[in-house]
Amino acid sequence: MTQAENLSQAFELGFTYTRSTGPVVGRFLSALRERRIFGIRASDGRVIVPPAEYDPDTAAALDEFVEVGQCGSIVSWCWVKQPRAAHPLQQPFAWAMIRLDGADVPMVHCVAAAAEEQLATGARVRVVWAEEPRGYITDIRCFELLGETVGETASPAGGSGAAGDLPTPGDVAAVTRIDAPIYLHYNFTAGAAPARFLTRIREGVLTGQRCPRCANVYIPPRGSCPACGVATDEEVVLPDKATVQSFTVVAIPIPNNPIKPPFVIANLVLDGANISFIHLMSECQNSEVHIGQRVQAVWKPEAQWTYAMDNIRYFRPIDEPDVPVERIGKLPITGWEG
Amino acid sequence: MAKLAAVVGIGQTHYKTRRVDVSIAGLVREAAVNALEDAGLGWDDIEAVIIGKAPDMFEGVVMPESYLTDALGCNGKPMLRVHTAGSVGGSTALVAASHVQSGMFKRVLTVTFEKQSESNAMWALSTPQPFSVHLNAGAGGYFAPIIREYMRRSGAPYDVGIRVAVKDRLNGARNPLAHLQLPNITAQEVEDSMMLWDPIRFLEACPSSDGACAMVIAAEELVSQSPRPPAWIRGVAMRSEPTMYAGREEVNPQAGRDCAADVYRQAGITDPRKQLDCAEVYVPFSWYEPMWLENLGFAAEGEGWRMTMSGATSLDEGGDIPWNCSGGVLSSNPIGASGMIRFAEAARQVRGDAGAHQVEGAKLALGHAYGGGAQFFAMWVVGAEKP
Repeated sequence: MTQAENLSQAFELGFTYTRSTGPVVGRFLSALRERRIFGIRASDGRVIVPPAEYDPDTAAALDEFVEVGQCGSIVSWCWVKQPRAAHPLQQPFAWAMIRLDGADVPMVHCVAAAAEEQLATGARVRVVWAEEPRGYITDIRCFELLGETVGETASPAGGSGAAGDLPTPGDVAAVTRIDAPIYLHYNFTAGAAPARFLTRIREGVLTGQRCPRCANVYIPPRGSCPACGVATDEEVVLPDKATVQSFTVVAIPIPNNPIKPPFVIANLVLDGANISFIHLMSECQNSEVHIGQRVQAVWKPEAQWTYAMDNIRYFRPIDEPDVPVERIGKLPITGWEG
Repeated sequence: MAKLAAVVGIGQTHYKTRRVDVSIAGLVREAAVNALEDAGLGWDDIEAVIIGKAPDMFEGVVMPESYLTDALGCNGKPMLRVHTAGSVGGSTALVAASHVQSGMFKRVLTVTFEKQSESNAMWALSTPQPFSVHLNAGAGGYFAPIIREYMRRSGAPYDVGIRVAVKDRLNGARNPLAHLQLPNITAQEVEDSMMLWDPIRFLEACPSSDGACAMVIAAEELVSQSPRPPAWIRGVAMRSEPTMYAGREEVNPQAGRDCAADVYRQAGITDPRKQLDCAEVYVPFSWYEPMWLENLGFAAEGEGWRMTMSGATSLDEGGDIPWNCSGGVLSSNPIGASGMIRFAEAARQVRGDAGAHQVEGAKLALGHAYGGGAQFFAMWVVGAEKP
């Protein structure tokens, strides 16, 4: 096999999720907005913070809210020397399991500290509230150290105990939904076969691979034949003429794609290939696109070529006779004579 | 040899665009509690829990099964999450069934869900890919060219899909749990609805729903402990194939034909149209009814559309083999649960428990799910009679 370049691309995948909290978590978040912290009493009497919707032992639905204190003790921690951009604090800090006064189960949050040495099991901490609580867990900006330490088993009593005047679901004020956008950033490294394909398409050449067993030609190549399960390494340079195997006319816009609907997305098979890929069709009447139609690539100017299939802007119809359906995907590299 | 097992409890939520009143845990809990109540059982009667849902990207909760153990009473029990794309509701039911049929467990709870309102499922199915042109336009964009090829080779008239879209919505109007309630829908309305992915119109496509579906499956010796009639599991089968390979038959996938042949053989079915009383089949785009009629052996190749147009699959028209009496995926689509709803609705029919969408005297029914690029298939046949 010809040596491929090592191709890697930074990539972002993200969605703007909106989460329904349900009544229990909604009440917890509603209370945070008022700078109060509520747990829930489990079937065995323990107070769980943040509140669980269902009992971890008996599966019973839980609904007895209990207000807990705004101070607590560290049960365990780990020190973060180099905070990342997504971390809640941008100086070195600790993630900690914190048992709030009046709670029986620790919760995870961050602790601001000048140095790792200040942290200890039993170290006392206090909530630092965000300036404008909004009903998110980040309303607790962090915990700060009080400079005292208690015995590991001590769990001082909590705040007011029973949960008094909490906003409840249905109240205008209650939190019922929260925004939870998630964006993943990663580097995608193309494998050997795609990297070779991309390297060649940067030069305006379409390169597929032939399966040594079934002799079918795949483009873009994946380095193996999905039907036979064997590695493919014989390269086949293909022309930029293709046949429409099928197509759809799409009436809705694609996010972050400037193309305006309606547009034609076609399943195209290059001459000499045995598998279709999808690409745009243009310079045609949408109503005249049909199965068996002959098309050819319209390339971007050479100066804009990069490691991408969209070096081909789209495919346009050409003046060649239609390919009979039974021959689609079976044409030789030399194309279709009609 | 597999041991006998039966569905003894079924629970569903009311399918809706948004269930903002509950968390994901609250949603699955509702279906599970309904199934336990239907089975006359409590959490302690369940030995294992099998959970299914479609890709985690739909809600953005990675490995939701680990967060749902409290809500589903999994403490101290084996719990397993299944994923096979859109067919997951069916394959989850089959994994649960095999836990009992193997003799390893006596009673298993199985739950599937999707809370599509938490994100945008269409674009979660069509994410941009590195080094690629972003031209994937959702499931409709993927399946539209396959439907077009079916229309070409069968010579079916343009309005077969419209007919199915109307039929399944009229069925949905009989089912109080169905998301879409369109009792007055007309063919004209479907035809006039926006062409989204030609040839798929808006009203020929499934909705996006929030919802969950659950079942309790019990071993033979415990079936009588539940108060309501059981649905005996008479055959179970799954098949899969790669999404794309040279020469792949995309319109009438081999995996679907093989899966159907397997499940029919187990249930002693040689003529599905004649021997089955009804079927709940995964039809997310209306044209998939005639396509699956052929794939599942109810009609000869190229003839599925004639069967649809004859009214044979219509409950309202008294067809001999009603399909999707519950309204189907075209009426309710919480993706991860959609396959299990087909399995559960097939069971409801043979239990005589399908209310206003009951097929009179139904004794034997097919539940079907497919997923991915029509590459994962899951099916079961359930019957009123113990085999």
